[in-house]
Amino acid sequence: MSAPGLVSRDAVVEVLRTIAPEVEAAALDNLLALRHQVDLDSMDWLNFLIGLQQRFGVEVPESDYARLVSLDDLLNYLHDRASQH
Amino acid sequence: MIRFELPALGADMDSGTLLEWRIKPGERVHRGQVVAVVDTSKAAVDVEIWSEGVVDELVVQPGQKILVGTLLATLHPPEEAAVLPSTATAARSAAGAAALAAAPARAPEHTLQAPTDAAQPTTATASRRRWVSPAARRRAQALDIDVEVLTGSGAQGSITIADVEAAASGRTVTATPGTDRMRDMRQAMAAAMSRSKREIPHYYLHETVAMGTALDWLARRNADLPLTARILPAALLLKAVALALRRSPALNGLYTQSGFEPSGAVHAGVAIALRGGGLVAPAIHHVADKPLEQLMRELLDLVKRARAGSLRSSEMSDPTITVTNLGDQGVESVFGVIYPPQVALVGFGRITARPWLAGPTLQSMPLLCATLAADHRVSDGHQGARFLAELRELLQRPQALDPAAGAAMTSRAVA
Repeated sequence: MSAPGLVSRDAVVEVLRTIAPEVEAAALDNLLALRHQVDLDSMDWLNFLIGLQQRFGVEVPESDYARLVSLDDLLNYLHDRASQH
Repeated sequence: MIRFELPALGADMDSGTLLEWRIKPGERVHRGQVVAVVDTSKAAVDVEIWSEGVVDELVVQPGQKILVGTLLATLHPPEEAAVLPSTATAARSAAGAAALAAAPARAPEHTLQAPTDAAQPTTATASRRRWVSPAARRRAQALDIDVEVLTGSGAQGSITIADVEAAASGRTVTATPGTDRMRDMRQAMAAAMSRSKREIPHYYLHETVAMGTALDWLARRNADLPLTARILPAALLLKAVALALRRSPALNGLYTQSGFEPSGAVHAGVAIALRGGGLVAPAIHHVADKPLEQLMRELLDLVKRARAGSLRSSEMSDPTITVTNLGDQGVESVFGVIYPPQVALVGFGRITARPWLAGPTLQSMPLLCATLAADHRVSDGHQGARFLAELRELLQRPQALDPAAGAAMTSRAVA
């Protein structure tokens, strides 16, 4: 597998757009609940996490889902986990 | 001669437009092969053929609007000689009567494109919700146009040949076929649902199901698994419905002119909301026989493809019951309208923690409201109630819903 990519807002939004192409990066609020803003159902969410895993090499256990509410939560989480590798 | 006709694509779809052929005369085809792509108001449907044979003639050309039952192509059995052209020509004129007026100006463009790379898998485009029709993609390659930067005017923003050609000539498509498609979809759905309400004497039941055991079991099962092997409650519910139906055959099957025909297999139509509005309920086949992990994979793939606007004709034509899950949207229960000619619809709401009495003990319990809408011509409330009770009991023993995983765990324990 290719080396995991660097975690950035742009890169995360790019993965998100493979699930919901109509999303505009500028319109996303970093602090609001992401799944609510983008209307992601549980299938979309799982597909999104699979996309993030492929991009950044970070596997998110189910027990951590509750911590990942906003885009900021997700970015901080991915930064922390990616740097442990 | 084998006549290949446009198969039924569900009660709310009676016509479409041939987008492209994936076969050519002289080619040998096998059962289940995708031979054509037909554009409908809901999706671009990969049409499969269910007989073996060698293609004699493609009767309908891309761009033509066609009705369900229209003769699309003629074939002969592999062991026989080709059918004489005169026979095929006669067949063509018959088909011409059934086909609607050909789409103006578009047809010649399509016919120039020989389907040389027919083997290209359709799932390659399914990772995006915005769908690019294979014909449009090929045209874009020929004209050196980047489809990723185009604005689609088709259903759900899908990119059509017209968009590609407009981009090539520096125009934008001023017509609004997207709006027309949405209107077509709504009209077709209204017709099917009106028919359902007119012809089917619905009755409705609902039952509250304690989901504590099932969710604990799923959480334990998913804890150590990679993302791609995890199972969502939706897959567990689908499997439970299929197994509960074994004892309620009067809920699974089709009501036709000759009366009710129960189905041995459960082909569950999964209601999927489309981006931008609308609904499609393609089938997952043989649900009762499939392990949970496979069901989950197929469910993810089906949702992805439905939202990308790419489905198969067999998925559209043969669901024997529909399952709708509105839990993610947050409602507690859903009472559905039966999709004719089916005779039942199972609905699930959101799983929510509520106070629950276990014997004398008050505790917090995740609860799920399961509903049944069923056809009184075929079953009655007593049978429906037995089905929901069976469903409730199956969900209290989730490990029994996944014998494959149970066997794997046992063999690990022995080893």
